[in-house]
Amino acid sequence: MATIGVLIETEAGKVKETNFGVLTAARQTGSDTIIALMLDGSAEDAKTVLGQYGAGKVVQVSVSSGDVSASPDLAARALAAAIENLSLDALLGLASAIGRDLFARLAALKDLPLASDCVAVDLAAKTVKKSHFSGKTTAMLKLTAEVLLCALRPNAVEAVEAPTDAVVETFAAAVEDPGQVKVVEVKKEAAGSVDLTEAAVIVTGGRPIAKAENYKILEECARLLGGTIGASRAAVDAGFAPHSMQVGQTGKTVSPRLYIGCGLSGSVQHFAGMKTSKVIVAINTDKDAPIFEKCDYGIVGDLFEVVPVLTEVLKEKL
Amino acid sequence: MQIYVCVKHVPDTAANIRIVGDKAFDDGACKFIANPYDEYAVEQAVQLVEQNGGEVIVVTLGKPVAVATIRAAMAMGAHRGILVTVADQFVDSQTTAKAMAAAIGQDGKADLIFTGKGAVDTEGFQTLYRLAAAMNLPVVNEINKMDLADGKAVVGREIGGGAREVIEVSLPCVLGATKGLNEPRYPKFPDIMKAKKKPVKEIALADLSISTDAPASELLKLVKVPERTGAKMLDGDVRQAVEALVRVLKEEEKVI
Repeated sequence: MATIGVLIETEAGKVKETNFGVLTAARQTGSDTIIALMLDGSAEDAKTVLGQYGAGKVVQVSVSSGDVSASPDLAARALAAAIENLSLDALLGLASAIGRDLFARLAALKDLPLASDCVAVDLAAKTVKKSHFSGKTTAMLKLTAEVLLCALRPNAVEAVEAPTDAVVETFAAAVEDPGQVKVVEVKKEAAGSVDLTEAAVIVTGGRPIAKAENYKILEECARLLGGTIGASRAAVDAGFAPHSMQVGQTGKTVSPRLYIGCGLSGSVQHFAGMKTSKVIVAINTDKDAPIFEKCDYGIVGDLFEVVPVLTEVLKEKL
Repeated sequence: MQIYVCVKHVPDTAANIRIVGDKAFDDGACKFIANPYDEYAVEQAVQLVEQNGGEVIVVTLGKPVAVATIRAAMAMGAHRGILVTVADQFVDSQTTAKAMAAAIGQDGKADLIFTGKGAVDTEGFQTLYRLAAAMNLPVVNEINKMDLADGKAVVGREIGGGAREVIEVSLPCVLGATKGLNEPRYPKFPDIMKAKKKPVKEIALADLSISTDAPASELLKLVKVPERTGAKMLDGDVRQAVEALVRVLKEEEKVI
């Protein structure tokens, strides 16, 4: 029996839904103890929802010597102390912008192997699966270490409930901040928008979107589906969308359950960022566009005609 | 300023990867390039040296052919190169970081170290953190904005959901570059010719005498991801096609 820790991420104090897939991955052997670790948010508020996905214990990790949200190095040291204190055999988490950074700091600090952006993990065999070569191949890696560190790609493992009663504990980490890396400001540029890498549904617009305002058409459709909007490199380079919206190489790697590409040609670089999506739909005026060779469903048509109808039908049927 | 830039020699993202045996690929059959994110790193280093004076040194770990990537970075303006040669196709991030730290330590005193936010071949997203730990330096990754002031760097990075962090980091430090930081220059022919004459020092990994006894990750298997075989096209007028799509997404795929 092993003890598996899961680092929980919150957004505005609320547990992000993408954590539930990680909790599901953590309890695969069925006999392990699952401990949810929280550096932010409130364990007391989160215990019900975390218990719903099998966390038997929620540990609020605190540091009296500083603010972990302002120092990623301090956060990594607090996690290292928690791993030791709780005798964790593995720590899983999300390969989000924050999670990827934190896990890498932790791995470097402890000189432990780390599998980042994994799509599967086998805790008993200590193996992981992850993308190599921009999604063209899958590598299976074995991590030989006392503590297995693994950051999972958001949405890679489907969340399954396994209700249990979670108890809350606290752990005060006696660690010091090296004080070399300070977060001095967090700017919210588009408040309330879903993070692209963690969205369950993404509707992306390519160059034919023609101007920034036209993303509104996609936005309404995405909102109905509980998702968010993305952009191709061509659209970003043309100034129609910010780089934070770019999917693909030099942009974000995403793995939603539904990806709707509107006016995308289907370049290798774009697919490098989204080919692990569960279902890919393409809308393009050109019936010979390469994207139709590489997706699941296709509609030949102008996005300006098809998307509004899709929005309308979704309103009726959802 | 003495600026080191760690650059990886990787297969072109458009290249077809032919797997050989269990865990190797035919690297003789595909085109290699400088890791795309590392180009932002090279550009930033070259710009800083253009403004403040100094030297840009490219550090690469790879097979001897990886010198091509060092030449490409030198065509962008780097002054010299260090190639740590290995025989293996894959070298884990722990060994790579220790080797780079040793090679840089041997060469000189770093005022700044740049690299890309990650490599598009192994997609490990960790080597620069380990390099920083090995050199006892602070690290910030995925920066798309940077200013230098009073012995520190002020950098910006996206953290998702439309939010960005502004971070102060003391110098020297390791910085991971991503798109938005700058526009990498396209080398002109004379620059490419000049790059051929710039010095590259080769060091065999074994000669760096680094310890490799830490727990590590080992590649067991490499498999091709099956490609989708073509879309099921939804025909009819727009309304019919869309209704068919919504039906299939809801009833068969169960994704909405």
